[in-house]
Amino acid sequence: MEFFTFVGWLLDNPDAGFLPKFIGVAAAWAVGITVFVSVAALFFVWLERKVSAHIQCRLGPMEVGPHGVLQTLADGLKLLAKEDIIPEGADRFLFALAPILAFAGTFVSFAVLPFGPDLVIADLDLGIFFLAAVGSLEAIGVIAAGWASNNKWSLFGSVRAATQVVSYEIPMGIAFVTVAVVAGTLSLNGMVESQNGMFWNWLVFRNPFMPIVFISYYIASLAECKRAPFDLPEAESELVSGFHTEYSGMRFGIFFIAEYAAMYVVSALAVVMFLGGWYTGIAPVDAWVAKSALLANLVGAIVLITKSFALVFLQMWLRWTLPRIRLDQMMYLCLKVMVPIGMVCLIGAALWQGIAGVPADLMGDSQRPAFPVVGSISGLVCFLVATVGGWIWVRGAIRGTKSYQLANYKS
Amino acid sequence: MGFQYANVLFGLLFGVAFVILNVAVLSRILAPRIKDPAKETTYECGEPAVGSAWVRFDMRFYTVALVFLIFEVEVAFLFPWAAVFHHFSKIGGLFAFLEVFVFVAILGVGLVYCWAKGDLEWVKSTSSGEAAVVPPAPRGELRAP
Repeated sequence: MEFFTFVGWLLDNPDAGFLPKFIGVAAAWAVGITVFVSVAALFFVWLERKVSAHIQCRLGPMEVGPHGVLQTLADGLKLLAKEDIIPEGADRFLFALAPILAFAGTFVSFAVLPFGPDLVIADLDLGIFFLAAVGSLEAIGVIAAGWASNNKWSLFGSVRAATQVVSYEIPMGIAFVTVAVVAGTLSLNGMVESQNGMFWNWLVFRNPFMPIVFISYYIASLAECKRAPFDLPEAESELVSGFHTEYSGMRFGIFFIAEYAAMYVVSALAVVMFLGGWYTGIAPVDAWVAKSALLANLVGAIVLITKSFALVFLQMWLRWTLPRIRLDQMMYLCLKVMVPIGMVCLIGAALWQGIAGVPADLMGDSQRPAFPVVGSISGLVCFLVATVGGWIWVRGAIRGTKSYQLANYKS
Repeated sequence: MGFQYANVLFGLLFGVAFVILNVAVLSRILAPRIKDPAKETTYECGEPAVGSAWVRFDMRFYTVALVFLIFEVEVAFLFPWAAVFHHFSKIGGLFAFLEVFVFVAILGVGLVYCWAKGDLEWVKSTSSGEAAVVPPAPRGELRAP
């Protein structure tokens, strides 16, 4: 029996006893996910330092290991051996709870995040909804950390984090819904399977609205990871270190691991939702690979992780290229640009889905175009009238705001 | 299905255990613990800390938080529709589409209302009732600091 089918049998078989199932799940979490999270975080920290160094014409870490690859390991050991200080006046319970919330929220995201066709711990029907829910857990950890520290820098960082959450969560949620409409499922494995075939079947190319949704999601995911240009909660040039100013030793290390693991989570989610997940995008290759479960999982994991790492690299590239934006600019971008665009894209993608259905080579019995011809035309007219009318209205509203402000300013 | 959610719960417990293992066990064994009152003072760039950090200050995004609540609920309502939308081909997909179209349009009207009222602005009038609003810079020019 091949290994992956064995794990799948352990996880799915209703007849297996409690103990083998328990051991299977424990092994998957302990060996698979924990090792992956730790190694990926170590690698990303090293990569971040190298990318930043090369963008700034430096070399970055070179001493520990070839090209400094073991530098982060040394730093991690150093963090373990550093004293763990809780400042006076801090809320000790929340101070200890905050890293747990931040890390566990990110860690448990890996439950639904697939690495290959069978390489997923729990293929929940509610996959993306679950991710949206636990993604917010990290923000609560950050807010709690800033509040508990009894430090003004930390408090400002956590208030900024709260502002950021209320701004980016809406476009992100709308992007999730749009993807769910087009893929026809909330399960992440189901989403990837709906992108089988050539790369133009990927959801990002499915209709003209999806590239916009992808960019909107990617910007929101940068804000979720507190990456530049949205690194306001920890803006090191303004707030010392933001919400984790008072954290030292391994508690700080846990925040760091959680942050870099979250970078992988949002990038892998972008790959799953938009960029074909574990499929190479070349239909004959995928069909040949799919003949063997072992090969499909192995190639799938390599493809998915490579795509995700490419997006993580893009995040680093952006961080060392763009300056930090102001808080009100961030709110402007999220609430006044991405939310209206996201709503238009949601309706547009649903309309497109109803008119065109899914690509012919994926069309099953239940995925025929939903609207008859007459319905398509009337729906299209409704959409155009509402979009154009809404745009005129919004322009009027903006002008109204401006004239209101100017009038008040002059008086 | 219940077993899958048990897996997720197990992962959550595992994440908590990972943090506790690192912070409360490994770090406690390896790290020194030398008490010093100077070490435990709040960091304010080297100066002695003035007062508590838990002071009241203007949050200013109260209405934005309310808008967030409304839109998060909207998104939560849209998830079930999104999951079953492609099954509507047999019983009239246009109706399902138009229903959600109206739903989203009403929320769009709400957003435009907030926008027009200026509730999404970060810079608002001060508590004394006098406006402290900076006019938006004309396009192509930098805003004065």
